[in-house]
Amino acid sequence: MSVLVNKNSKIIVQGFTGSEGTFHAGQMIDYGTQVVGGVTPGKGGTKHLDRPVFNTVADAVNTTGADVSIIFVPPAFAADAIMEAADAGIKVIVCITEGIPVADMVNVKEYLRGRSSTLIGPNCPGVITPEEAKVGIMPGFVFRKGKIGIVSKSGTLTYEAADQVVKAGMGISTAIGIGGDPIIGTTTLEAVKLLMADDETDGIVMIGEIGGNLEALASEWIKENGTKPVVGFIAGKTAPAGRRMGHAGAIVGGADDTAEAKMRIMRECGIHVVDSPAQIGQKMAEVMAK
Amino acid sequence: MPTAFILLLLAANFRKMNIHEYQGKEILKRFGVGIQEGFVAETPEEAVEAAKKLQEQTGTGWWVVKAQVHAGGRGKGGGIKLAKSLDDVKSLSAQILGMTLVTPQTGAEGKLVRKVMIAQDVYYPGAEPVAEFYMSVLLNRQTGRDVIIYSTEGGMDIEDVAHNHPEKILNEEIDPKVGIQGFQARKIAYNLGLSGEANKQMVKFIMALYKAYVATDASQFEINPVLKTSDSKIIAVDAKVNLDENGLFRHPDLAAMRDVLEEDPTEVEAAEHNLNYVKLDGNIGCMVNGAGLAMATMDIIKLAGGDPANFLDVGGTADAARVEQAFRIILKDPNVKAILVNIFGGIVRCDRVAQGIVDAYRSIGEINVPIIVRLQGTNAVEAKEIIDNSGLQVQSVILLQEAADKVKEVLA
Repeated sequence: MSVLVNKNSKIIVQGFTGSEGTFHAGQMIDYGTQVVGGVTPGKGGTKHLDRPVFNTVADAVNTTGADVSIIFVPPAFAADAIMEAADAGIKVIVCITEGIPVADMVNVKEYLRGRSSTLIGPNCPGVITPEEAKVGIMPGFVFRKGKIGIVSKSGTLTYEAADQVVKAGMGISTAIGIGGDPIIGTTTLEAVKLLMADDETDGIVMIGEIGGNLEALASEWIKENGTKPVVGFIAGKTAPAGRRMGHAGAIVGGADDTAEAKMRIMRECGIHVVDSPAQIGQKMAEVMAK
Repeated sequence: MPTAFILLLLAANFRKMNIHEYQGKEILKRFGVGIQEGFVAETPEEAVEAAKKLQEQTGTGWWVVKAQVHAGGRGKGGGIKLAKSLDDVKSLSAQILGMTLVTPQTGAEGKLVRKVMIAQDVYYPGAEPVAEFYMSVLLNRQTGRDVIIYSTEGGMDIEDVAHNHPEKILNEEIDPKVGIQGFQARKIAYNLGLSGEANKQMVKFIMALYKAYVATDASQFEINPVLKTSDSKIIAVDAKVNLDENGLFRHPDLAAMRDVLEEDPTEVEAAEHNLNYVKLDGNIGCMVNGAGLAMATMDIIKLAGGDPANFLDVGGTADAARVEQAFRIILKDPNVKAILVNIFGGIVRCDRVAQGIVDAYRSIGEINVPIIVRLQGTNAVEAKEIIDNSGLQVQSVILLQEAADKVKEVLA
């Protein structure tokens, strides 16, 4: 068992024939991911990258049995695409799109309440279970297979962490990029819970950044329920209050969402926090050797 | 919701476009929200004309001259003055226009005042005492729903209220399926201690305010104070309106309200080149792909004994043109003693980025600060060779720890 996606996942690409969708779908296929088709309204019945194109997600699901979708449609139409996937019964929806209006995501969040779909993102690098399925835009070669799960708000910092874990002699079970937007489908806590329950994961890297309280909530749960070691890092110790650092959600509001405050809470909850992002792999190796 | 979390929400406004008070009020008025009326002016003469017009329309005999800058605490810095005659309007406008206004939010360098709003006096005497309230509409990130935050303690710093009387800050969450309901607005009005006509007017005010918030893709409305006048009208005396940048494509009229003069010119220039740049006070410049890694790189600089001079995310396509632009922007800052480039090449190949750095370096010519380039990921070894063989004063490393050590060396 891995988390969210595996070699049996049947994946469709929404926004399949666009430039982003085409490029990354190609990369996913090269990686060996089971991409069974894609959706572009108006292009149903044609073929793209040697796979069928459908007008609707429902058509794609009925014909291919797809259970995972990755979304590359532009911000103005992305909320609609997420809801269409949920309506069609897609189990795991990965939304890569950056720049979706917050008001749209308020509606999406509401729409997904009580439905069985899991949304990852938006504005995220996606999910990868090495050697099985890459459902995202991450460089696949960095993620060697192993027993360490990664949860992260940031794309390139996820690659950095995976690279360090691999260079320290371990590998990755599943890496989940949850995204840095104010409203995201899967929180740090929900992703941590998945990895804690996964029998192919022995340790977890949890990477957060300034802003919000997702890491604190996850840490408090880990303190009570954690069964595996967790190594943590929070980016943005040097970020000044009130200035947004790239990610829509990365802005220090009060005393509780600074990097220091988050790292303190994480330490109090038994998480192995590193001060330097260069020490994630080394720390994980130390912790796993115990 | 705990008060500490409410404060965090209020301060941590995401991806926003700021607009001026007069523009915010214009938007509110469009949706039927009661406002303190006024006109904008850029010269003392225009200010006097505005005051006359306002007198005709509202009957006001006194005016308030309000500096229009993108910063709160304007009154504390002397940016808001009461004028009791047209002569006052002229002299006070002359005094405020062109001044460098320093408020708790502007930093020591202050902000140049280019416009004033001439507003009606709304604290006139009458049958009832006036009362000031506080009201905000914004997103509760934890629940993914909009929330109205309100308090009887208006007209003062909400942080102070939270500190001294946390029990006086209340909130009402809106169900997005149905939007705000009448009972919610009534609950707020009664909790604010209003009865009779003022209560009715407050309900109307709240319903209109929320409607405006949703219709404009706002990311935050903060109305402080909301005033009950002596004749039981409910009006917004100030209006801090922030719009969601991601929603602006739906509102070209609102997008046109952007005032780039209020923004840092270098940050504006960077944004034009699709670079995400934030100027900081340190001595080590940095150029990184990805926001999280960029913040982590700033942290590395600090741990190595330096201070980051900026945040700069070059995004996914770090080609030569973009790298050059990024170098030029970082080098504008005279405090920069060294530059750390940290690129994790995934889909982007490191050797291409390395070539981009070499080309950009040659194109700029004189670069008098040391540059440390850390390229990791696809073709990292080839990339290091390109840098090392270029003959340029650029040091290249592969591991993040090596980059940190190099920064330490440069600072030593």
